[in-house]
Amino acid sequence: MMNKNTLLYLGLLIFGLIGAFIFPAYKLQLSFLYILIVLAMTWDVQGGQMGYNTFGNILFFGIGMYVASSTQIAMFFSLAEWTDAGGEKTFVHTIPQFFQGFGVGIILSGIIPMIIAGVIGYGILGLRGHYFAICTLALGIAAGEIAGGIEIIGAGQGMTVPVWPKGFGSNESSSQFLYYLSFALVVVTFITLKWAYSTRFGLVLNAIRDNEDKAEAMGIHTMRYKIIGWMVSAFFVGIAGGLMGHINGYIEPTEIAFAGPTFGVFMVLMAILGGKGTLWGPLVGATVFHLFKEGFWTYFLGWQYVALGVLIVVIVVYFPEGIMGWLREKYPEKFGETIDEADRKAQVELK
Amino acid sequence: MDFLIFQAPMLMVQASMDGILLGILFALIAYGMALQWGVMNIINIAQGELVIMGGYIAYFMYLSGIHPAFGIIVSPIIMYCVGWGMYKLVINKVVDKDLFTSILATFGISILAQQLMNFAFGADVVVAQSNFGTTMLFDNMVTIPNAKIFSGAVCVISAIILVVYMRKSKLGRAIRATAQNARAAKILGVDTEKVYAATFGINAALCGIAGACIAITFTLHPYTGLPYTVRSFMIVIIAGLGNLPAVAISGMGLGVFEEWADYLLGTEFRIAAVFSLLVIILVYRRFKLSRKREYLK
Repeated sequence: MMNKNTLLYLGLLIFGLIGAFIFPAYKLQLSFLYILIVLAMTWDVQGGQMGYNTFGNILFFGIGMYVASSTQIAMFFSLAEWTDAGGEKTFVHTIPQFFQGFGVGIILSGIIPMIIAGVIGYGILGLRGHYFAICTLALGIAAGEIAGGIEIIGAGQGMTVPVWPKGFGSNESSSQFLYYLSFALVVVTFITLKWAYSTRFGLVLNAIRDNEDKAEAMGIHTMRYKIIGWMVSAFFVGIAGGLMGHINGYIEPTEIAFAGPTFGVFMVLMAILGGKGTLWGPLVGATVFHLFKEGFWTYFLGWQYVALGVLIVVIVVYFPEGIMGWLREKYPEKFGETIDEADRKAQVELK
Repeated sequence: MDFLIFQAPMLMVQASMDGILLGILFALIAYGMALQWGVMNIINIAQGELVIMGGYIAYFMYLSGIHPAFGIIVSPIIMYCVGWGMYKLVINKVVDKDLFTSILATFGISILAQQLMNFAFGADVVVAQSNFGTTMLFDNMVTIPNAKIFSGAVCVISAIILVVYMRKSKLGRAIRATAQNARAAKILGVDTEKVYAATFGINAALCGIAGACIAITFTLHPYTGLPYTVRSFMIVIIAGLGNLPAVAISGMGLGVFEEWADYLLGTEFRIAAVFSLLVIILVYRRFKLSRKREYLK
C-alpha cells in the first residue's frame, strides 16, 4: 500500500516537473489547472472539512491578485500613473526590478489576505449555515463592486500586470516560470493540508463540521480554529490570485479578480464534484472539471455558461457525494475502511 | 459632495420618494422569498432572475406593440408556470436536503437563466416605455414618474390580494399548515407536494408582477438579478418570515437607503452599498446574539 502511494506521488511529481516540456502548447492551460486545484483544495478546508460553505474565498483571490501586481508596480513606479497609462507600456521593469517586485508581491499577496481573513473572520465565522453562505457571497460581490470604484487600481477598467522583462531567457521562459511557480504552489498546498489534516487541527475541523456545539462543550475554542483554517485558505488562495494575475496579464475587478460567477462557483463545484471533505477529492474534481470546461469552452463557445448552470444543478442534485465519495462507497476496502458484514446486512434490510 | 444633504434638501426628498416607491417593489419580492423560505425551507438564489424574467415578458409585450402595463397580468401567469416547472424539475429533489444544496442548485439555475435571457434579449440595458407622464411636487422640485406610482399601487394591491388569498382560500390554508408542520399536514391529508409546487409558483408569480413593474419603471439587464435576491434576503432576515407589515417597512427602508447611497456615494457604489449593508447587518446580529451565546442559524 505504502509502496503504491509513493509511486503515485512520484508519478504526479514527475508529471508536474516535465509537464512543461511534454505539452509545451498547454503550459498555460496546465498552470491554470494548478491554480484551480489550489482553489478547490483550499475551499475544501472550509466547505468540506469544516462544514462552512463559503462563497467568499474569491475575496482573497481578488485581493491577492491586486496586491501582487500593485506591489510590483508601486515599488518602482507611481501606481496612479501606471493605471492612467493603461495598456501603453511607458513603464518598463528592468530584470532585477521585475523579480524583486514579483517576489515581494507574491509574498504580500499571501500575507495580506491572510491578515484580512483573520480580522474579518471573528465577525463572519460566527454566522452559521446559510447565513454564512449568503454573507460570504455578498462579501465577494461587494469587494468586486468596491474595487470597481477605486481609481488608483484602475476602477472598472482594470489594470495591466507588469510584463516579463525583455531579453531575459527565451520567449517561453515567462510561461515556464509561471508554470513551475503554480506547480510548486500546488505541491506546497497539498503537503500543508495533508499534514494539517493529520494533526489535531484536522480533527477539530471535522468536529466543528459534525457538531460545533458539542465540540465547544468539549472545551475546544472552535472560533480560534475556524479563524486559523480560514487564514490558511486565504494565504494559499491569495498567492494563487497573485499568480493568476500574471498568467492573465490583466486584472479586471468583477470578471477576473472578484469573479463570483466564475472562479467563485468553480471552486465550490470542483470540490463537490471531486468529493467534499477528502484530501484527493478537490484535486480530482478540479482536473475533471477543467477538462470538461476546456472541451465546452472550445467546442460550444457561447453556450459555456448554460452548460455551467446545468452542470451545477446536475452535480448538486444527482451527484452530491462526488467522485471520491462514490469510489469510497463502492470500494471501501481501498480507503482502509472495513465494513462489518452484519452491519452491511442490516443496511440492506433497512433499505 | 460631502454636504450634498444640506445643500440640496429637495434632492434628498426626491431620493426618499424614489426609495419608498422602489422599496415597495423590493418588499413584494421579499415576501415571495419569505413565503418559500417559510414553507419549503429553501433560499432561492434565482429569485432575482425570476424577477428579471418577469420583466422581460413585459418588455417582450412592449416590443410586440402591446402596452407593457398589461405585463402585470400576463407576466405572473407565465411566471407561475415557470416556477411550477422549476419546482418539478429541480427543487423537489432538494427540498428535504440541507440548505446549502438548495442554495447551490438555485445558483446554478440563476446562471442558466441569466445566459438564456442573454441569448433571447441581448446584453443591452432595456426599458419598456409606458408613456405615463410624470407628477410634479413642491414647485416642480420633485418629479415622480407616474409609472412608479402605478407600480407601487400594483404591488400594494397584489400583496393585499395575496394576504386575503392566504387567509381565506383552501390552498392558502394548506400552505400555512405546511409551513407550520409539513409532516403533520401530510398526515392530515394535505398533498404537500402540490402545496410546495403551488408555493413556488406563487413566489414566481409575485416575482413576475414585480418584474413587470421594474420593466416600466427602471431598467432590465440579464445580469442584474443577483442584487434583487440579496435585497430580498436582507429584507427577510430583518423582518422575519411571514410578517408582512415588517417586510413592507424594511423594504421601503432599504429602498430609501439605496437611493441615498446612490446620491451621496455615487452610482458606482450603489450595489456595493447594498451588499456591504447585508454583511454589516449579519455581523451586527451575530455580535448581538453572541452575548446570549446564541447564533444565527
